[in-house]
Amino acid sequence: MIVRLRPIVLIAVLLVAWQVAVTWHPIHLLPTPWAVVGGIGDLLQHGLLLKYVVASLFRVTWGFVLGVVLAVPLGLVIGWNRRAEMAFNPLIQILRPISPLAWIPIAILWFGVGDLSAIFLIFLGCFFPLLLTAMNAVRGIPAVYLNAGRNFGLRPAALVSRVLFPAVIPQLIVGMRITLGVAWLVVVAAEMIAVNSGLGFLIVDARNAGNRYDLVVAGMVIIGVIGLLLDLGMRSLEQVKSLRWSYSED
Amino acid sequence: MAKVKLQVEHLHTVFTRDGKSTPVLEDISLEVGEGEFVCLLGPSGCGKSTLLSTMAGFLSPTSGEVKIDGEVVSGPDPRRIFVFQERGVFPWLTVEGNIAFGLFHLTRPEREQRVAHYIKMVGLEGFEKAYPPALSGGMKQRLEVARALAVNPDMLFLDEPFGALDSITRLIMRGELLRIWEAERKTIIFVTHDIDEAVQLADRVVVMSARPATIQQIVDIDIPHPRDISSSRYLELRDGIFRQIGLAHRI
Amino acid sequence: MNSLAEPKKWERFFWPVLASALFLALWHYSVVWTATRIFPSPHDVEKGIAELIHKKVLWRDIIDSLRRVAIGFGAAAAIGIPLGLTLGWYPAANQVVNPVLQILRPISPIAWIPVAIILLGVGDHAATSLIFLGAFFPIVVACVDGVSNVPSVFRLAGRNFGLGPTRLLTQVVFPAALPKIIVGLRIALGIAWLVVVAAEMVAVDSGLGYLVIDSRNAGKRYDLVVAAMLIIGLIGLVLDTAFRRLETIKSVRWGFRDES
Repeated sequence: MIVRLRPIVLIAVLLVAWQVAVTWHPIHLLPTPWAVVGGIGDLLQHGLLLKYVVASLFRVTWGFVLGVVLAVPLGLVIGWNRRAEMAFNPLIQILRPISPLAWIPIAILWFGVGDLSAIFLIFLGCFFPLLLTAMNAVRGIPAVYLNAGRNFGLRPAALVSRVLFPAVIPQLIVGMRITLGVAWLVVVAAEMIAVNSGLGFLIVDARNAGNRYDLVVAGMVIIGVIGLLLDLGMRSLEQVKSLRWSYSED
Repeated sequence: MAKVKLQVEHLHTVFTRDGKSTPVLEDISLEVGEGEFVCLLGPSGCGKSTLLSTMAGFLSPTSGEVKIDGEVVSGPDPRRIFVFQERGVFPWLTVEGNIAFGLFHLTRPEREQRVAHYIKMVGLEGFEKAYPPALSGGMKQRLEVARALAVNPDMLFLDEPFGALDSITRLIMRGELLRIWEAERKTIIFVTHDIDEAVQLADRVVVMSARPATIQQIVDIDIPHPRDISSSRYLELRDGIFRQIGLAHRI
Repeated sequence: MNSLAEPKKWERFFWPVLASALFLALWHYSVVWTATRIFPSPHDVEKGIAELIHKKVLWRDIIDSLRRVAIGFGAAAAIGIPLGLTLGWYPAANQVVNPVLQILRPISPIAWIPVAIILLGVGDHAATSLIFLGAFFPIVVACVDGVSNVPSVFRLAGRNFGLGPTRLLTQVVFPAALPKIIVGLRIALGIAWLVVVAAEMVAVDSGLGYLVIDSRNAGKRYDLVVAAMLIIGLIGLVLDTAFRRLETIKSVRWGFRDES
């Protein structure tokens, strides 16, 4: 029991240290933890918190789902076919390291400033990781599974749905969890630069419109917490028994 | 018999997991003489590996003790090296690197000399700079034995070392092991579930029961090496153990 | 693994060239058919790159971006690797520190910008500290993962040969964990490259990220925007490839059985 409390103790210690440090040496504008709590309360009161959280989640959901729907099937196909992989590999390798944020000017050009731009950027941030995860997952299927499927006379369609898919799902889910984390990072950045609502915007706006750093840090804390919840949510998906076959000793 | 090297006295080991306790070893008492080759024989999962690990000092017994040279065993020691099933070989070191692993207290020329000697002894010449992934299972096993011998231990513990090899390689490796043992008379304790292997190699076979493990019988193999595996004495001893374990003679 | 025959040698060049050519053609003709006056065609981009090289701005921006990555990533590795190794080796310590890391990790480095600016002012320091934040967590996680997954056989063998705790760590645990650590470093480097571009869009006025934003703001030069994007992609690719080379070194290669 005591052991379980230790991390909480550490967090408490850090918070106290933060409070003390800022009270003694007031770094101009840096808020104390207490001020941050007040900031969160403020946001709740004005109904802004819920509004911004919903806006950010909305964009993440759309961008992420679009990414999954497009990248996963494409990745499975490319991973399956050696020639397709050879063909598309250079394109993928060059486009992949380009930060979604570098696409901002193009996003604004094509979609203007607003939700669509943000969703596009999140989609971009999700697309390549998911594509690569799907490609790797297919390539990693042990040949024995496929041979067994063929041995039992499965047609291609059945082979895909009854062997290939179940075989790649564990890896896909892990990849999706990591990509969701990326999506969450991108949405915040995208909102800071390209749209007028959401948690990222909150941070920028709070600073610009009056140096309300308590709101800035409040925003950061909320971002961290929601990101963590999303991650935990995905991890619980990994626990679903019928999908667990590939996690030997977690 | 030569002087006593290892003594196990009334060893009991109980594993507790999630509140449930499983007795694994029950009242094991055993004496092994210096230079002896002893086999622990029993079905898979019976606890013989647990016994071996306890003797080597990796596990503590629940009660009872193990003494080597009169001293109670309290942890692993370079004087008694454990040989795992080829997975103990370090993949980031070359063959030379692996064999030299325990020799950090020697000077460079001494080290090189030792390494060369043991590479020759286990027959890995030509592979000095190779890395384990490039070696076959049998070669990796030889590497592990060479690494163990290089530090000049008094005792060797081998835990089903040939289990991952095909049966032909296994036969060859048994011969190799005996050859090495005759060259450097270490005290060897060897765990196996293969009856033939035990009778071919050991001076004495300790037949163990299924979990919780007890010593069912200790069989003296009084045939001198090299053993003729079609001789009547060999078959007699082997069948005796078959019967002891309660196995049928026809499949 | 698929049912078609093994691809021939010439196919290794044929397919990528074909796909890339089709892509460029598609791009070119989309620009032509939509008669857009803003979005650049492949040719425009090519001219843009030449222009950037000519004006010598490009080299300075590339060096600035790389420099920030080097410092931020280097610091993240210098602090993150020892920390990760320690946490992996002492599960008790990990249990205490991990929740703090898990809470801080999902906060986008970009979201730290205001705080970074308060503490460090606008400029290089803010950018490098953002890169540090972005690279730090993957490195720590990879080190913890690598150390705690060292097969117990290796540790037992190490102890058996009489290795004390220090030698055990340096001669057994570290080499055994190294493949995972290297993967973590490679991923962190990729993230660092993404973050530097983003950081340069917001917090500084030089570097490739800044080039992207500036080209648009200072005159809607989308040809330069796309040119800068391609260069970003290329350098990112080079960094990643260089790292993968590391993974082929013999004393580490054993840990990578089937890498893409």
